[in-house]
Amino acid sequence: MTASSDRQALGRSRLTPATRTGLSIAAAVSLYGISFGALSVASGLTLWQTVALSALLFSGGSQFAFIGVLAAGGTGAAALGASTLLSARNTIYAVQMKAMFDPTGWRRLVSAQLTIDESAANAMSQTDPAERRRGFWVTGIAVYLGWNLATVVGALLGDFVAEPEALGLDGAVVAAFLGLLWPRLRAREPWALAVLAALVTVLTMPLLPAGVPVLLAAVVAAAWGLLWRPRSSGTRTEVPTAEAEGARR
Amino acid sequence: MTLWTWVLIACAAVYLTKIAGYLVPGSWLEHPLVGRISGLMTVALLASLVAMNTASGDDGVVLDARLGALAAAAVALLLRAPFLVVVLAGAGAAAGLRAFGLG
Repeated sequence: MTASSDRQALGRSRLTPATRTGLSIAAAVSLYGISFGALSVASGLTLWQTVALSALLFSGGSQFAFIGVLAAGGTGAAALGASTLLSARNTIYAVQMKAMFDPTGWRRLVSAQLTIDESAANAMSQTDPAERRRGFWVTGIAVYLGWNLATVVGALLGDFVAEPEALGLDGAVVAAFLGLLWPRLRAREPWALAVLAALVTVLTMPLLPAGVPVLLAAVVAAAWGLLWRPRSSGTRTEVPTAEAEGARR
Repeated sequence: MTLWTWVLIACAAVYLTKIAGYLVPGSWLEHPLVGRISGLMTVALLASLVAMNTASGDDGVVLDARLGALAAAAVALLLRAPFLVVVLAGAGAAAGLRAFGLG
């Protein structure tokens, strides 16, 4: 997107490309927050614990991991471990956001909270510095508001759902995780690792406490990274980056 | 510890993973292995969560309507359906299979 086409886009609409992308991502992701709210309550969390996870933790994958481990009968410690490990990628996003527009003071504290897959991906898919900043903030704020609103709606509706399984909410979570994983499976290596991690998980589930197989999968990934290095030094192309995902959107 | 304690610790821990990226010197994360393992870990954790949420049960592994949800989601993803449609496909498949008394 060149500066001139940016101006043309501005002429047609008051919303820039980064803003429009951010709002449409937020619309889709926010609705998915309904299933989080409903499933969280179904997993045994109270309405306020569910609200706290969306407002304070605010990282979809980690939130589903937290309640997923608990729903599968795991301990609070296992839920904490899975949720924190799954947020490790946010650290990498944060470094990339810092490199792009280095927020300082209170903006840094707020931008940290808003650093998630969607805001980082939108920011990284833009080329203009102002659009990058706008993409990050619009996506982050819109997803934050929508996600939290949807969480409350889902949690309240969930209270009236006697059997969440009848609505297929557990199937929705399976599909959501596959949907999060899917964009990363665009090369042979991540496919092989994903199959191995899934196998290790299923094979160790009968042997280990619930939630622990997820942590074992993280160990498998670390060992994989240490044992097999990409042939050309310094390349990260075998695992699709968030930047590539952002470009795809 | 109560569930509330774990919820709040998890919130703090995830915020730390986020703010850490803004606080560390950029040069620290320039080592290729750090980015590589982080990317691999995301793939492995998500794949493990797919497996766990598909097959978890009281006695280890249980195969039920969630397997149908996984298949429906995969088909939706192959057809390049939007994320929301993928999630609805999973829910619909699981609910549909159960309505027919399967799983």
